[in-house]
Amino acid sequence: MATEAVPAPAVGAELALRMYEQMQRIRAFEERVDQLYRSAKMPGLAHLYVGQEAVAVGVCEALRRDDFITSTHRGHGHCLAKGAAVERMFCELLGKEEGYCRGKGGSMHIADHEHGNLGANAIVGGSTGIATGAAFSAKARGSDQVAACFFGEGALGQGVLYEVMNMAALWTLPVVYVCENNSYNEYTHYSETTAGGLAERAAAFGIPHEELDGQDVRAVYAAASRAVERARRGEGPSFLVCETYRYYGHHVGDVDRAYYRSKEEEEQWKAERDPLHILRAWIVAEGLADEAALEQTKASVEAEVAAGAEHALAAPFPDPSEVGEHVYAG
Amino acid sequence: MSTPAEVALPKEHEGMREISLAQAVNEALAEELRRDPAVFLIGEDVAEAGTPFKVTSGLVQEFGPERVLDSPISEAGITGIGLGAAMTGMRPVVDIMFGDFLTLVMDQLANQAAKVHYMSGGRLKAPLTVRTTLGATRRSAAQHSQSLHAWVSHVPGLKVVLPSTPYDAKGLLKTAIRDDNPVVFFEDKMMFAVKGPVPDGEYTIPFGAADVKREGEDVTIVATSSMVYVALEAAEQLAEEGVSAEVVDPQTLVPLDRETLVASAKKTGRVVVVDEGHTSYGASAELAAVIAEDAFYWLEAPVRRAAAMDVPVPFSPVLEDQTVPTPDSVASISKSLLGKA
Repeated sequence: MATEAVPAPAVGAELALRMYEQMQRIRAFEERVDQLYRSAKMPGLAHLYVGQEAVAVGVCEALRRDDFITSTHRGHGHCLAKGAAVERMFCELLGKEEGYCRGKGGSMHIADHEHGNLGANAIVGGSTGIATGAAFSAKARGSDQVAACFFGEGALGQGVLYEVMNMAALWTLPVVYVCENNSYNEYTHYSETTAGGLAERAAAFGIPHEELDGQDVRAVYAAASRAVERARRGEGPSFLVCETYRYYGHHVGDVDRAYYRSKEEEEQWKAERDPLHILRAWIVAEGLADEAALEQTKASVEAEVAAGAEHALAAPFPDPSEVGEHVYAG
Repeated sequence: MSTPAEVALPKEHEGMREISLAQAVNEALAEELRRDPAVFLIGEDVAEAGTPFKVTSGLVQEFGPERVLDSPISEAGITGIGLGAAMTGMRPVVDIMFGDFLTLVMDQLANQAAKVHYMSGGRLKAPLTVRTTLGATRRSAAQHSQSLHAWVSHVPGLKVVLPSTPYDAKGLLKTAIRDDNPVVFFEDKMMFAVKGPVPDGEYTIPFGAADVKREGEDVTIVATSSMVYVALEAAEQLAEEGVSAEVVDPQTLVPLDRETLVASAKKTGRVVVVDEGHTSYGASAELAAVIAEDAFYWLEAPVRRAAAMDVPVPFSPVLEDQTVPTPDSVASISKSLLGKA
């Protein structure tokens, strides 16, 4: 059972260029994060989203500002795609006061409530309840908000996902489950950990599902738009399986990967299925913009990212006295 | 605990009625459901069945199945959904039928709900109430008898409430539902039928305010949840022997009213802490440590604990009854502190 065969919403010039810019922003951001880690300027670790940009951007472009998302440990892309500012994200990654969470969350816990981002989550599958609860809330409050729940294929091993999918289907909740299959549960290929088909899990609950090319942002946008509109109409949850690939390791420190995947495999994805190349080629072929304009967009977001990182590096840490604040509200 | 049929505790209010703890909880839920459209109940068998303890009976008839939801047997899932709803404008009350099932909920409580406000730098909040149970001696064996309040009390970001009387249960539950933080609210299964005075009108009880259930001079018995009744019975026994015991109920473990506990300890110089969680690393250990830290120079004897044995709760009544504090054991420990053992 697929989500109904409504024609894909047309991607016009404005949307295509905005998606290209957002994807470039995520790529530039993540590459800068990698540099910050390698130069020992960033505390802790980060899990880079490079290679998966089309999923976050395709889904979030189908959402409204007041719609909700929940994100994962590999969450920078979702956060930026939902509207977060580069500067405040860098501040959070560096543990600075100006960060989205005043430096208390860091890479794996950025939340941006102004844009409906209920937070990244360091427990695999940990935010599936939150997303489904946000959808429950939207329905109970009589709003027409939708919640999108991002998770990797590794979360298919977590029981709570199936508990909440069952209730989302039972109660017709406006939630879109977005499974990003980048093939690797940390350092293990998903075929070693996952029995049966991915989308079949949704089928068991009677949840409409689609399997799609997660490197083609137009395909993601089209499927997400159908799922989001379906949810907004009160017709319940959907489940999207987006085939994608993470260019870097599980985290920034995972640089020797030959024991679990080959260089050839990595190079093939980068050469043949890069989401930015695919979109860029389409934009040029359709005559929506020329190479020079796209190059300018790239240069512009790279400058924005460089400035954001510099700002964050110079920004003050929170006052040490804040350690005891925000344990309890009110 | 041995179940007291009726314990009239001193409370001065107009229009007092005698109602059970189950009725008191039911009234609190009904009043908050009426008061605030953001409140809803979710749990296994909370609607028509009214829970196995009949605590939520009648609520679905008044508020409908959209606000009193029978859920699948998915403790983690309903707590996660409650949390997401709490973060987006609702005030859910999640019913976890037996406290033992908190083990299935711990990621949602400890990693998620407890940390939402802090990890977001104060920008998100989670006004979630989780009602659950504790208490042994119901012949329910090892997986339906545990008192796991120490587990959640150990996690900063959660508030933990252990009412002992119908009056306290009602007032504290209303406060829990209105609180902007995740609250775990423990009701002793053996107390649901216990009756006590509850006023007709609206009231709430603040968190972090211990209640002195009985005043005394010679020894302080700090007791939680149903152990308050054990302590009160022990105090009666002690009174017959000329020992004046003070019984202090913390009511909330988080936040904890250290001041009242310590003041009582300083007054009497002798303290027994009674709690139905296991002895080792339990709530009783924390309460004893607080008193030892803040009242050490006023103490005439070491602080003693009377808590559940460090064994899984056994089924056979002959075995089970040995595992929990009793009025006799509490009185005996109290007398030993006075050199009267």
